[in-house]
Amino acid sequence: MAAGVAAWLPFARAAAIGWMPVANCPMPLAPADKNKRQDELIVLNVSGRRFQTWRTTLERYPDTLLGSTEKEFFFNEDTKEYFFDRDPEVFRCVLNFYRTGKLHYPRYECISAYDDELAFYGILPEIIGDCCYEEYKDRKRENAERLMDDNDSENNQESVPSLSFRQTMWRAFENPHTSTLALVFYYVTGFFIAVSVITNVVETVPCGTVPGSKELPCGERYSVAFFCLDTACVMIFTVEYLLRLFAAPSRYRFVRSVMSIIDVVAIMPYYIGLVMTNNEDVSGAFVTLRVFRVFRIFKFSRHSQGLRILGYTLKSCASELGFLLFSLTMAIIIFATVMFYAEKGSSASKFTSIPASFWYTIVTMTTLGYGDMVPKTIAGKIFGSICSLSGVLVIALPVPVIVSNFSRIYHQNQRADKRRAQKKARLARIRVAKTGSSNAYLHSKRNGLLTEALELMGTPEEEHMGKSTSLIESQHHHLLHCLEKTTNHEFIDEQMFEQNCMESSMQNYPSTRSPSLSSHPGLTTTCCSRRSKKTTHLPNSNLPATRLRSMQELSTIHIQGSEQPSLTTSRSSLNLKADDGLRPNCKTSQITTAIISIPTPPALTPEGESRPPPASPGPNTNIPSIASNVVKVSAL
Amino acid sequence: MNRCPRRCRSPLGQAARSLYQLVTGSLSPDEVSLALMCRARPEGLEQLQEQTKFTRKELQVLYRGFKNECPSGIVNEENFKQIYSQFFPQGDSSTYATFLFNAFDTNHDGSVSFEDFVAGLSVILRGTIDDRLNWAFNLYDLNKDGCITKEEMLDIMKSIYDMMGKYTYPALREEAPREHVESFFQKMDRNKDGVVTIEEFIESCQKDENIMRSMQLFDNVI
Repeated sequence: MAAGVAAWLPFARAAAIGWMPVANCPMPLAPADKNKRQDELIVLNVSGRRFQTWRTTLERYPDTLLGSTEKEFFFNEDTKEYFFDRDPEVFRCVLNFYRTGKLHYPRYECISAYDDELAFYGILPEIIGDCCYEEYKDRKRENAERLMDDNDSENNQESVPSLSFRQTMWRAFENPHTSTLALVFYYVTGFFIAVSVITNVVETVPCGTVPGSKELPCGERYSVAFFCLDTACVMIFTVEYLLRLFAAPSRYRFVRSVMSIIDVVAIMPYYIGLVMTNNEDVSGAFVTLRVFRVFRIFKFSRHSQGLRILGYTLKSCASELGFLLFSLTMAIIIFATVMFYAEKGSSASKFTSIPASFWYTIVTMTTLGYGDMVPKTIAGKIFGSICSLSGVLVIALPVPVIVSNFSRIYHQNQRADKRRAQKKARLARIRVAKTGSSNAYLHSKRNGLLTEALELMGTPEEEHMGKSTSLIESQHHHLLHCLEKTTNHEFIDEQMFEQNCMESSMQNYPSTRSPSLSSHPGLTTTCCSRRSKKTTHLPNSNLPATRLRSMQELSTIHIQGSEQPSLTTSRSSLNLKADDGLRPNCKTSQITTAIISIPTPPALTPEGESRPPPASPGPNTNIPSIASNVVKVSAL
Repeated sequence: MNRCPRRCRSPLGQAARSLYQLVTGSLSPDEVSLALMCRARPEGLEQLQEQTKFTRKELQVLYRGFKNECPSGIVNEENFKQIYSQFFPQGDSSTYATFLFNAFDTNHDGSVSFEDFVAGLSVILRGTIDDRLNWAFNLYDLNKDGCITKEEMLDIMKSIYDMMGKYTYPALREEAPREHVESFFQKMDRNKDGVVTIEEFIESCQKDENIMRSMQLFDNVI
């Protein structure tokens, strides 16, 4: 509940008068305003700048410094004001938080100074308002990265103790500057990649003639030498890949990464070639496999940061490129069709089909103009010139746009991802706040019930299990409690609701257990439990002997899993018998309260008594097993 | 009081403005600014002290809270619903908030000024039991015709049950509001004519000690 609307809580409570004539059960008592004193102005002197505000404004957040009694430590008796020796600029934001319920982050502030101030005043930075939250998170992340960089550079100078062998290896692979060995390895692999690429290229160069036959490429002339070089390179690459696989912290993730796929693709042709050496049928396919050896050049991207950035930006620019391709395709198809039909009339035309005209269109639109296909008819020439002119436009226009898109999209993607991540976090925070306030009510309900149980038990220890709630919170909870009483239903959280639905659907047969319910004397509706106190021993109770702590048992609410109408009717008769004073409405009201699973102290949990001993009379034993993991909690 | 609220509230002025809007296609700038900045300033403290049963300090506290949430000095229905929904995170309180809004907006001009607000609160918190019962009756009587029919009561009941939301124990059934209405009418409707008049309502409530007690529950809210 925002602090701003805390001022409207009295109105909401007053408006609850609309429920009163409708409710059939008595309402709970309102929390007493124990220290209700007149609101007073208090003066906060922060390094000489005086701020004044109402006391109640500060008390809206009782778990911060200013809202709790912690500020008394800073009270100056002589001047009758609270003195803080802190930054007054940031204090302005802090005080505005109390006033409006929203914490803002001023952009000119240094992030660490701001964090320090918030920590001093006991305010969590997570509650910064949405308007300033992105900025705050960005600055915080930059700061954290800066700190990490500083730490890393520090760490690199010292020897890092006790990393496992595997981790050192991985660090060596990822960051070649860590040790000399890593650097050597880095350069060696780079060298062999270059050697491999060059051999692939040189292999195909015609290399002099063997007398009496045509020119041979070098690869066939010195095939042994080239084979040895290839083998050496592939061996190095294989060893490197296996080492990386061994050292990777997450092998599965490593195998899926792009670089490892490139590695695999680069060395596979060799092994496939080894396997199927002399089979003539597949040698054609084998030859095409060798083309994959060119992928070894991509291994350079491990050695070059620029290549990586280029690849990433191409990936992020893919939609733009795709659009360019699509529009080009459209234009090509249009012009190819037009040229085909225009040239259909001329004899010996090269434009034999529309796909054949594609080549002409592409060559013309990209202003290449090879000249192997030229239109001969007048219409063809006209449309050909239109094609080349539009080609200039179609190609030349998007290219600068794409180029400028590179940097824009690159940065934008970064920002969009950030925003998306923060949006999820923001929505999650909103949801958490919402469930937090409803959970706060459920939580305080449990705590309230529990403390009452403890009071009944007379145990002095563990008085306040829950954290102290402010007056406003207790008033809000009282309001929600009144609503529960009006409608005779209880608030529960989602999981309990699902559980109840499942259980009620599971137990659809008429229950033979209804008599068993009679054994639980405390089975009354929540609102009327006060009245049940009058009836100390229900005549149909089958377990009088075990009810030693009768007081507690009376106010005990037993938790049931199911709520069939048959049960209510059968029980209603019992209730009426026992409790004449009960209002007729309670007959139809449902059974007990929410399933609350607090780990109550053993004294409170008469778990054994929930399962009456088999010897006792009556069909008490067939208590549903679902109720067995249920805990009894004292009611009001 | 300012001229502005009177302008805002006059139906003739509103009709003229909408006609003008229709003809010109948009509100002229100064109309827009006036319409947006329809601020209301309440009457003086002394007058409010006479009209209501609050003390000076209480009025001050109330106004500060009111102005904090509605800086313009008036609440419209959307604001009202939004403020009220903050107190009931689990359910949907908009219908009940609408009924409340209509109960507070005594002159039915679509906005609740501070005087309306404080007048309503004065009845609820400082009025006699009969006054409060009257106010509650007014809340339930949706069409303000002096009697509560079963349909009106059903609407009210459904709106109250809506505020509970989905996750309740026991699970809310469809017939729960209707059954509640039936029991209400059984209690309140003396002559069994299907409507509850104000006299029946007050008489039945006075006989019920629970209701009597709970009507005074929020006396010390301010």
